[in-house]
Amino acid sequence: MRDLSIYIHIPFCVRKCLYCDFLSFPISTGNEKTGKMSGEDIESYVNLLVKEIEEQSILYKNHRVISIFLGGGTPSLLETVQLRKILEQIYTHYTLSEATEITMEMNPGTVTEEKLREYITYGINRISIGLQSANNEELMRIGRIHTYETFLETYRMARRVGFTNINIDLMSALPEQSTASYRDTLERVAALGPEHISAYSLILEEGTPLYERQDSYSFPSEEEDRQMYLMTGQYLAEHGYHRYEISNYAQEGYECRHNKVYWQRGDYVGFGLGAASMVEETRWSNPPDRGQYAEYVRTGCVLSAGCSGRMKPPESPEMDRSEQKRTAELSEPEQAAQPVCPQRHQITIHEQMEEFMFLGLRMMCGVDRNVFYQKFGQKIEEVYGDVLQKLCAQGLLLKEQDCIRLTERGIDISNYVMAEFLFD
Amino acid sequence: MAAIDQSKIRNFCIVAHIDHGKSTLADRIIEKTGLLTSREMQAQVLDNMELERERGITIKAQTVRTVYTAKDGNEYIFNLIDTPGHVDFNYEVSRSLAACDGAILVVDAAQGIEAQTLANVYLALDHDLDVFPVINKIDLPSAEPERVKNEIEDVIGIEAQDAPLISAKNGIGIEEVLEAIVEKIPAPKGDPKNPLQALIFDSVYDSYKGVIVFCRIMEGTVKKGTAIKMMATGATADVVEVGYFGAGQFIPCEELSAGMVGYLTASIKNVKDTAVGDTVTDLNNPCAEPLPGYKKVNSMVYCGMYPADGAKYPDLRDALEKLQLNDASLNYEPETSIALGFGFRCGFLGLLHLEIIQERLEREYNLDLVTTAPGVIYRVHKTNGDMIELTNPSNLPDPSEIDYMEEPIVNAEIMVTTEFIGPIMQLCQERRGKYLSTEYIETTRVLLKYELPLNEIIYDFFDALKSRSRGYASFDYELKGYEPSKLVKLDILINREEVDALSFIVHADGAYERGRKMCEKLKEEIPRHLFEIPIQAAVGGKVIARETVKALRKDVLAKCYGGDITRKKKLLEKQKEGKKRMRQIGTVEVPQSAFMSVLKLDND
Repeated sequence: MRDLSIYIHIPFCVRKCLYCDFLSFPISTGNEKTGKMSGEDIESYVNLLVKEIEEQSILYKNHRVISIFLGGGTPSLLETVQLRKILEQIYTHYTLSEATEITMEMNPGTVTEEKLREYITYGINRISIGLQSANNEELMRIGRIHTYETFLETYRMARRVGFTNINIDLMSALPEQSTASYRDTLERVAALGPEHISAYSLILEEGTPLYERQDSYSFPSEEEDRQMYLMTGQYLAEHGYHRYEISNYAQEGYECRHNKVYWQRGDYVGFGLGAASMVEETRWSNPPDRGQYAEYVRTGCVLSAGCSGRMKPPESPEMDRSEQKRTAELSEPEQAAQPVCPQRHQITIHEQMEEFMFLGLRMMCGVDRNVFYQKFGQKIEEVYGDVLQKLCAQGLLLKEQDCIRLTERGIDISNYVMAEFLFD
Repeated sequence: MAAIDQSKIRNFCIVAHIDHGKSTLADRIIEKTGLLTSREMQAQVLDNMELERERGITIKAQTVRTVYTAKDGNEYIFNLIDTPGHVDFNYEVSRSLAACDGAILVVDAAQGIEAQTLANVYLALDHDLDVFPVINKIDLPSAEPERVKNEIEDVIGIEAQDAPLISAKNGIGIEEVLEAIVEKIPAPKGDPKNPLQALIFDSVYDSYKGVIVFCRIMEGTVKKGTAIKMMATGATADVVEVGYFGAGQFIPCEELSAGMVGYLTASIKNVKDTAVGDTVTDLNNPCAEPLPGYKKVNSMVYCGMYPADGAKYPDLRDALEKLQLNDASLNYEPETSIALGFGFRCGFLGLLHLEIIQERLEREYNLDLVTTAPGVIYRVHKTNGDMIELTNPSNLPDPSEIDYMEEPIVNAEIMVTTEFIGPIMQLCQERRGKYLSTEYIETTRVLLKYELPLNEIIYDFFDALKSRSRGYASFDYELKGYEPSKLVKLDILINREEVDALSFIVHADGAYERGRKMCEKLKEEIPRHLFEIPIQAAVGGKVIARETVKALRKDVLAKCYGGDITRKKKLLEKQKEGKKRMRQIGTVEVPQSAFMSVLKLDND
């Protein structure tokens, strides 16, 4: 049996954070519908998900699920009944391994103790809380819906009901953030003793509100940003966390299994709007448009024939309104529209090598020469000899016995390093 | 076709300032004489090169023959010879004029006479052409035909009171122009029985027929089978076909005789053999003298052209070869640059010619080019008495071997309204101009005469002129000669390595300013590297300006979410793609755009 990981996308939030460019919609409170999701929308989305999970299961009869990740958006906004329906569907149609890691993301203030207690009964054994900062002003500037105090409450509730594997998400390089305030966040979080901490530095993505208004803030300089990064590693190391990936820290035995599947190129299947999958060196993505996704599920989750060679650019999630409307109309049952079939992409050997390198190097243990040889039947030096030599000489990579990994400097400019491993 | 009565032929051209409506008038003449069906009628039939139509200028001279039935009941053959409209192509203009017997001067009723109008009219008068004016765009609200008539009489000294008042765009007054052509332009002379003497005023290459030579028969007759000789180049050939110019097509005929304008083909493989201005004669019965006025056209402006992708070098070579088939004034020879690899040093008539060739290479041949800063030909006098003509700054000899250097100087005429005299004089001053004179054309307009170094006007002088006169100034120039000048070679060092493709010759007084600007521009263009990169400008090994590109500290991917790695990969691919367009200079990767950006220093 092959290992499989499952990702489930829950594409809605109370409101969108100012830096967020993930595929997620704010939920509507009143009657206004444009671009938002109503309770009805959510209910029908859950029904689609449940159908998709079942339709697809036939392909994975020989797989064993080792991790499930409910991400978003804000999965904790689901009604417990809805969540239960989704998970039950997986348990019914898929084979789980003995200790499947089941993670659910949540935002502070979106759960009650009772909800959390239910989660445990559904089998969720890991939660990931988006805190980002312990400084309320910083939280406000990036459009978070909660304060540090709300977070504390959620965190303590989670502990009370018995969660023993909790991740806290942090961000550095926030607008107006000082090294001192970031250190304060680190200290407070480490003192709480979560099993896992993710700490990313903010990237301003084009098209987000924060990107548009970046000129009205002063951001930490690159120097400060790198100082914060360095400080994170040092401080957390002193408090019992080891860095196992560029931005992820864990206590012994609590590395996130699901994330490692991505970096080690294990098989994973994604359910829901725009979710990405990679199974047996084939990659595809669900439609990022709500109407099209609905059509895709309604017509039986059919993937189109494979293609190989360079990957086609994925469909743009930013569809203009008229197009969204059009697809919505098309998806009316009486207008039997053409089925929506995401294109399957057969990952070529060269692409596999590229991904092996640039994903693997995210891990602090780096990539293993032996694993490379096992997978591709070629020595890593035969393929990447010149690049490896150059990057080692530049002090960006380090070879240690069978492992090749990023140096501290290499981590700082990992884009540069990883781009080197792409073929022409 | 029966023998054509020489007295019923009119060979003429239209001279005008750019935008005064030359091509539109040509269209109307062709339309009214009826040889063209409306289906054949393109927007501007004479300008048939795509680029020409886009820029609204005529690059290659084109010619059309039409038949007009005049009010006197006779049929007249009109040979309308189109002339290029830009100072870069002055020689071509002069040869086209030499093929005519008269000219129509088109003047814009609102704008009046411009510098280029003057230059072209004088050129026409120099060729003893009978010139008659027409006033165009009389339907514009700002039209002042009476003022313009007086201006023509005062400034050019030709009769203008009965000039046709027309609107070529709206077809007003065209009949009057046609009658004036019959009345005012003299019929050609020449004896069909004399030895052949024909002027080449243009040629195009056709892959089936070989070179198609455009000529005006001055004396004698030419027909299929005539053995001909080009008197200047010495090339000989047997005529395969003669004919005349329909609208956009070649129409064969029996023979061309004295007074006629037409074409001949003779399986000639190279346009270099049929130089514009050369005389075609009968090999077996040659004329005594060639026609006057032939000269070899020399390139005025040089630059390096390199394929952005080094592997495309053979493609660039083939493309240049093909372009040269039709453009004898384009020169090129292979050269090698340390920074840019294999390419060509190309010579052009002027900057417009350069831009046109560059655009054609990119558009018609789909080549991505890196072009070095255009320069002129400097004369380097060495201490050992040798003189070299320098077209590539990298080839400048060691300063110890140089006695002195000379640069080309032009006589420039700038016409401008009085309110802008100040700014324009200041501009000329900045460009090292030597003031010669101011002539008042009328109370509000003057003609400024300056001597200017050619290398000061080849970049952006025209743009600067336009912007400082709100578009009112017009400009014309001709080469005066060479003069000694205090010239230095400005070198650019990137991470302490000299970049040959960025070197260029500049007047010593402007070196610091230029060097500083180049460093600033390069700093913007060169991406940050793992290390700090100094960018320096130096003259004779002495650094005169410096900028620094700071080292890259951070370049990380955002969160890799939900296993959607295709997006991240696209980012990396973009980064990688960007690097492909880089040129490696030492350990520094310099984007192609950096080489181009330094050409536009003054536009900021």
